[in-house]
Amino acid sequence: MAVAALMLAAVLISVGTTPAYAQATGGAPPVSAGSINTGERPLAGITDSNDAELLRALKGAQGQVTIQDEKAAVLIQPQGRDWRAAIKGPVRVAGAWLVLGMVVVLIVFFLMRGRITIDKGFSGRTIARFNGLDRFTHWLTASSFVILVLSGLNISYGRYLLLPIIGPDAFTGLSLALKYAHNFVALPFMVGVVMMFVLWVGHNIPNKYDFQWLAMAGGLFSKGAHPPSKKFNAGQKIIFWSVILGGAIISVSGIFLLFPFYFGDIHDQQLMQILHAVFALILISIVLAHVYIGSLGMEGAFDAMYTGEVDENWAREHHNVWVAQVKGEPVPGHD
Amino acid sequence: MARMKFLLDAERCIECNACVTACKNEHEVPWGINRRRVVTLNDGKPGERSISMACMHCTDAPCMAVCPVDCFYKTAEGVVLHSKDLCIGCGYCFYACPFGAPQYPQAGNFGTRGKMDKCTFCSGGPEADNSEAELVKYGRNRLAEGKLPLCAEMCSTKALLAGDGDIVAGIYRERVVTRGYGSGAWGWATAYKESAGT
Repeated sequence: MAVAALMLAAVLISVGTTPAYAQATGGAPPVSAGSINTGERPLAGITDSNDAELLRALKGAQGQVTIQDEKAAVLIQPQGRDWRAAIKGPVRVAGAWLVLGMVVVLIVFFLMRGRITIDKGFSGRTIARFNGLDRFTHWLTASSFVILVLSGLNISYGRYLLLPIIGPDAFTGLSLALKYAHNFVALPFMVGVVMMFVLWVGHNIPNKYDFQWLAMAGGLFSKGAHPPSKKFNAGQKIIFWSVILGGAIISVSGIFLLFPFYFGDIHDQQLMQILHAVFALILISIVLAHVYIGSLGMEGAFDAMYTGEVDENWAREHHNVWVAQVKGEPVPGHD
Repeated sequence: MARMKFLLDAERCIECNACVTACKNEHEVPWGINRRRVVTLNDGKPGERSISMACMHCTDAPCMAVCPVDCFYKTAEGVVLHSKDLCIGCGYCFYACPFGAPQYPQAGNFGTRGKMDKCTFCSGGPEADNSEAELVKYGRNRLAEGKLPLCAEMCSTKALLAGDGDIVAGIYRERVVTRGYGSGAWGWATAYKESAGT
């Protein structure tokens, strides 16, 4: 073996000293006998049973192509199989459990607790809670989120749930329309998330009342129990930060997917798609709870985002510190 | 029935790109789309190898598995084809494909993709064999005419083989025995979960 390598080296050196080749070998780095040997037959002795082994022998799958498409220079990306395994396995299954699980939890909660009513009933007097800009921002984000969720779930689950019912032609027509809807409605959603952050971040910094709220589980499970709270209680803050952080991750990964290969290679695209799907499914689950408690689950809550005016009794029960501050009354617990 | 496969012997490929050109010409493939490409690894260095790559028509095709609208199908010969009428251009098949086979025409601004296009093993699509509709959407259907894919048929060094998997693997094994070493039947382990011989 060593003798053969030396002979090979000698041949190459003699070629290198031939005048006709002088220019070509002038800048060549010195090579050891070992690398010449592997260079000559890099794949000798390797079986073709394993592409990864072949790629290692050739030092990676990134090559060169003469066509003007850089993506085409990646010869093999076996990671595609990992991506497939992830989205067809854990992501799809866990996502279904998350979303359906939350629906079941909410149904059970409704059956046990019923609609949370205002203990003292409607007072007839209202307090301004959200102005027009607040409500515009909320519904801009909410309506675009609903469209994004439905079109996104269609991409993930439509093949199994909808395609068998409506058939391939109708399903493709619908999916194509929803794909465009998803791409374009993404923009108002991102604008909404940014506006929400700017408008409400000041009210969503954690404070001492949040510990009390969390310790009492917000009084959700006990009638008549109302932990003190400023404009937003700990539960609402959890929703806020979920939407902001989840929305940010979904938006950034979504931009990667909207502009494929502008910002990353194939592996970045795969990673971003998984992040997009996972955080979207988590956020869907969280927002389901928000939608429930803001509408069916609690008397008086929907007015906040509908008219912007909430009943005073509702406000005193759920946001007593905020009411006191708005009305210039002594803050409860600080008298 | 034969199970159609491609086999690329990297010891023989000379990067002439004739397969790429033949494919583009045969199927009138639009600008910016390459159903087949030649990738050169270690270009200009010791151990340089060129590999002609296209859709390998996998046994358990990832594109088929991940397609949200289920537009792929497999022919009796094991060729993976798809319907451009059903494709929505989402790009998932490109993320899943180990070989980078799916291609998309630019349909609009930014990253908006059109209907996916890929190697058909010269066997068209769901339309009637050798119909005008099939020709326009998917290119020539050589298999229906009793011919094999043009890229392999006209490969001057016979680095690229196409046809019944058992037969092309047999040819490759013979070569390996004759020259005393293998070079890897590119993509076979990934596409068919089997070896073409050593």
